[in-house]
Amino acid sequence: MTNKSGTVADDVIVVEGLRVVRGGREVLPDLTVRVPRGQVVGLLGPSGGGKSTLMRAVVGVQVIERGTVRVLGEEAGSPSLRHRVGYLTQAPSVYGDLSVRHNVAYLARVLGVGGDAVDRAIAAVDLTDHADVRVENLSGGQESRANLACTLVGDPDVLVLDEPTVGLDPVLRRELWDLFRRLAAQGRTLLVSSHVMDEAVRCDRLVLLRQGRILSDSTLPELLERTGTTDAEQAFLALIDGADRDGGEAA
Amino acid sequence: MNPRITLATAGRILRQLRGDHRTVALMLVVPCVLLGLLAWIYADAPIDVFDRIGPALLGVFPFVVMFVVTSVATLRERTSGTLERLLTTPLGKADLMLGYALAFGAMAVAQAVVATAFSVWPAGLDIAGPLWLLVVIALFDALLGTALGLLASGFARTEFQAVQFMPAFVLPQFLLCGLLVPRDQLPTVLEWISNVLPLSYAVDAMKDVTVQTHPLPDVVPSLAFIALWIAASLALGSLTLRRRTP
Repeated sequence: MTNKSGTVADDVIVVEGLRVVRGGREVLPDLTVRVPRGQVVGLLGPSGGGKSTLMRAVVGVQVIERGTVRVLGEEAGSPSLRHRVGYLTQAPSVYGDLSVRHNVAYLARVLGVGGDAVDRAIAAVDLTDHADVRVENLSGGQESRANLACTLVGDPDVLVLDEPTVGLDPVLRRELWDLFRRLAAQGRTLLVSSHVMDEAVRCDRLVLLRQGRILSDSTLPELLERTGTTDAEQAFLALIDGADRDGGEAA
Repeated sequence: MNPRITLATAGRILRQLRGDHRTVALMLVVPCVLLGLLAWIYADAPIDVFDRIGPALLGVFPFVVMFVVTSVATLRERTSGTLERLLTTPLGKADLMLGYALAFGAMAVAQAVVATAFSVWPAGLDIAGPLWLLVVIALFDALLGTALGLLASGFARTEFQAVQFMPAFVLPQFLLCGLLVPRDQLPTVLEWISNVLPLSYAVDAMKDVTVQTHPLPDVVPSLAFIALWIAASLALGSLTLRRRTP
């Protein structure tokens, strides 16, 4: 089944030949990646590798040099996608001088969702007890959860989450990953970046990004088998060593 | 643009202001303290200088205060990532700019009412024209400050820079607005410049209300000129708000 752009219709995010230059530096030279519907795709790799830039391109706030980025069959960032794509920035993009509830309620009004969406989003990130606390008085982990609640409130079809679990304790990380799995089971598509390799286990597919290039794009079992390792971190290191060796030989 | 989103944005900005009691107090009290000080300085002057300068300052305060508040607030949105997220939502640039204009316009009306009341009663300012017109002019000045503040924040990378834009945008207008030297006695080139700067018209309008019983025919053209500046600044400011950034 293909649509008019020639892509498989169930690929929700389609990035082809993407080149991005930021501050005179080529962050993504030529990147092609697809994210199928209903999957949680983990974007892993060292910081500075281009994860956030790719996510910015997918939500349509990144100036791109070349290539195409399509989400749900539309060009990334087009007006019809703005209700359907939820973006979580890496730095908490919440108003410190407003309470959690008022932050989430503002996004809800912008997105035109009403009813108990605000309460549900706050409950989903386990902040119900802190709903009326000003964000600047929260801990770092609570602040990043408040940020996530703002992304969840519009109930988007596609979630682009840049480091959603950074700074959270293991229990909360597990809870959030359970939530991501539930959202995917309901047919939503998630692109989640992380540099915590043990979160790889919770992803349907892993895209390992280093220096703007994809080192690997497969399921975890495939990755482990290919590299002959037992966990994501070792697999990743093996891939990096392999890439460096190849690069060295080529030079 | 969408009225629901514009109003939600204005409401959110007002709620942020309401949580910041000190800023609100400063916005309302500082103009009164300065006007009171001015009245006191000229208390023993042979001619009533305060009647000449007081109204002009009523026009300057909302402009300066709203310029600073808006440029810092919007710079914060740009640098904190809140703007980046908002621009991935259905929010339009106009929603954001009008949201700021509505919120700070409301704040400016409160400031103008307090400052005008203080000038007229405790400080003893003589106003020949209708008082409500002073508030209307103050509102235009505040919107001008908000619009120029939005524009200036597009050229600032840090809050330090944003604050430094205040003297850069405001002081030349203040020097040329006719308060220090009547505008028709300025050197020719400066007079031309003063003829296109919006604060000159704000101060002229305030003066008209002070001395004329029926100042409306003179005030309306001044307000129209200020409105032109507001529209141009908002249009230029919207160019600095880009959904896609490098």
